[in-house]
Amino acid sequence: MQRIGVFVCWCGSNIAGTVDVHKVAEALKSEPGVVIATQYQYMCSEAGQTLIKDAIRDHKLTGIVVCSCSPRMHEATFRKTAAAAGLNPYMVEIANIREQCSWIHKDMEVGTEKAIILGRAAIAKVHLNAPLVAGESPVVKRALVIGGGIAGIQTALDIADAGFPVDIVETKPTIGGKMAQIDKTFPTLDCAACILTPKMVDAAQHDKINIYAYSEVAEVKGFVGNFSVKIKQKARMVDPVKCTGCGLCVEKCPMKKVPNEFNLGMDKRSAIYIPFAQAVPKVATIDPTACLKMKTGKCGLCATVCEAGAIDYTQQDSFIEEKYGAIVVATGYNPINLDQFDEFAYNQSPDVVTSLEFERLTNAAGPTAGTLLRPSDGKHPHTLVFVQCVGSRCDGAEKGKSYCSKICCMYTAKHAMLCREKYPDTEVYVFYIDVRTPGKNFDEFYRRAVEEYGVKYIKGMVGKVAPQADGSLLVQASDLIEGEQLKIKADMVVLAAAIEPDQSARPLATMLTASMDTNDFFTEAHPKLRPVESPTAGVFLSGCCQGPKDIPETVSQASGAAAKVIGLLVKDSLTCNPCVAHSDELMCNGCSACEKVCPYGAITYQDKEFRMPDRTTAIRRVASVNPAVCQGCGACTVACPSGAMDLNGFSNSQIMAEVDAICK
Amino acid sequence: MQVEKKEFKPTIVAFCCNWCSYAGADLSGTNRLNYPANVKIIRVPCSCRVNPMFVLRAFQRGADGVIICGCHPGDCHYTTGNYYARRRMTLLFSMLDFLGIERDRTRLEWVSAAEGAKFAKTMNEFVEAVTKLGENKRLEDLRCKKQ
Repeated sequence: MQRIGVFVCWCGSNIAGTVDVHKVAEALKSEPGVVIATQYQYMCSEAGQTLIKDAIRDHKLTGIVVCSCSPRMHEATFRKTAAAAGLNPYMVEIANIREQCSWIHKDMEVGTEKAIILGRAAIAKVHLNAPLVAGESPVVKRALVIGGGIAGIQTALDIADAGFPVDIVETKPTIGGKMAQIDKTFPTLDCAACILTPKMVDAAQHDKINIYAYSEVAEVKGFVGNFSVKIKQKARMVDPVKCTGCGLCVEKCPMKKVPNEFNLGMDKRSAIYIPFAQAVPKVATIDPTACLKMKTGKCGLCATVCEAGAIDYTQQDSFIEEKYGAIVVATGYNPINLDQFDEFAYNQSPDVVTSLEFERLTNAAGPTAGTLLRPSDGKHPHTLVFVQCVGSRCDGAEKGKSYCSKICCMYTAKHAMLCREKYPDTEVYVFYIDVRTPGKNFDEFYRRAVEEYGVKYIKGMVGKVAPQADGSLLVQASDLIEGEQLKIKADMVVLAAAIEPDQSARPLATMLTASMDTNDFFTEAHPKLRPVESPTAGVFLSGCCQGPKDIPETVSQASGAAAKVIGLLVKDSLTCNPCVAHSDELMCNGCSACEKVCPYGAITYQDKEFRMPDRTTAIRRVASVNPAVCQGCGACTVACPSGAMDLNGFSNSQIMAEVDAICK
Repeated sequence: MQVEKKEFKPTIVAFCCNWCSYAGADLSGTNRLNYPANVKIIRVPCSCRVNPMFVLRAFQRGADGVIICGCHPGDCHYTTGNYYARRRMTLLFSMLDFLGIERDRTRLEWVSAAEGAKFAKTMNEFVEAVTKLGENKRLEDLRCKKQ
């Protein structure tokens, strides 16, 4: 018989407010095996933990039940407490009487009754607990960063600077991400390329960083400390080692009518291309859907002009397998598709552009070489209307996103300001629902746009943008403060489109078994206290894949994620979860049902010699579980027809004991 | 003196997977979303850890309803566990229905760690459905029944 101690926590008034903790302790005292049942204001505090430790020593306890908050919160804390008092940490059970009792119920009587039942279930379980010893598994000292935008680059640089090798996987032919497309950054108005491209070069030249550009993650296996990842390197048709990035092939390529993705389709590129001048790696890529040689077999001009002999039309996708200790997701964002927003005439007029397109139109490396010109006729625009919250904060609407995209207020203020600064003859209107400028020097920046640059901010939504016969755009909007309807004849309309996670995020989350929220942003392990970790051990989050963010925030989160990765990689080994499956060899009939359902391949079969009752020996085929590979899901325990397979910490008898206690 | 009429309060056992649904249940607590106290949660590592034996045991010991919650398909922490749970429970529940344990007394639901509101809503609906059916008399072990 176990000697069990029960410790009921008040959690201040969080539990004691709706659960009579004295009554709970009193009721649980009479349960079989309980030698002490007590209560205290804060069990997790130093004093509370001392109380538990003293009780373990004084009463020679063999198991403890803590009736407190969720085990997800403090199970680890109380396990450490038990270990400090010489009790096996797996002899601790938590009855969750806060999140799943006191916070749910308002009635004291109901709450108390439920708390007692939950306590009984935990006591019933701890009676069947067995001391467990955690094993260790080695850590592969290499990190993978998925996504080569500013988030991925910063994370990789920080990890590499700490001395650990890092691989960056980027789907595009170059790293740089969205920041490479941006002209100026708020609130300082410094040039994005001037601060980003040196970092791209640093990453490329760092001896600990390896960049797999134009590549994708194809498969992820394994677990924290020991991931095995298959990376698909898409065929560039160009040997990246031989290519010098001279650009002669790009110049000579006869197929020059391909929409240029980097400039969001606002100009054309050739079929063989380098996305932009500062691309890293600076290697040409052939677009097989446009290349004449690939489509018709005729041409081959690039191969003729390439002095390095880098062109290889027969190149195939290749796969690399690599082991990693930690994975950082930095897949970033995209502006949403505006097809559903007919009222803004985005698909009807080339002069209605998204903010990212506007960014390219004002960028010196963009399609207009930095001169602001209307895409339709190349004339200088005089009146510009900026529309905020296009697709953001659309809660309840059939289209758009419910959340605030966070960055639009600031970049719209930036665009409006730059417009007025470069072209003082322009009239600039900004329509907004709210202007949200929390951030260091952000509100000052917005006020400068209004006060110094004379940008006309109007609270109200634009109802319709109608292209007119003379090429102008008639903007109909309401001014909510003046209470009047406005009609503005504009030359250009700029839509601050909502941002959403990159499409690659969803399949990646499935591969990593990392969870996502309803908007496909990755979920953090704890929204406040563990914002850069995913709930899946060894998978970390950096940048907009976790939620909309501006550059300063992205960079701080990237460094935060890097710090967590470094903290993991400095360890030589990790403590394994001892709550893993084990097979009773005497009961196992060697049927392989468990092997088939195991997602980790942790179960193998071995021929073993057994002594039979008649003193002869027999060789039988039995299952055995590799505890370092088993993750403890329990699929095998249910598949096993003979009941030989069981799970430490969640055994059949333990769960049945809980069921019995609850149904009593 | 008024005679108190005893209201039927069903006993509900909820098996919640550690990674999604148990966290979802915690979140509904953190957000102070109410659901009836009849629901008692048992934490399991994964929905695939729920042996049909546990469900039978619950009904045998007097549970009026059993609900199993796991991660959404494709989101299982262990990649495929919830698919096993779905197959096993589909079979079990139809067998229980055949035995006379109505279909509304058993349920399998996907609740993510972010769906505190869905957890509370699911529990409210489930308790309401089971309450409507009344006390479960079918599988209870008469030897265990309190006289």
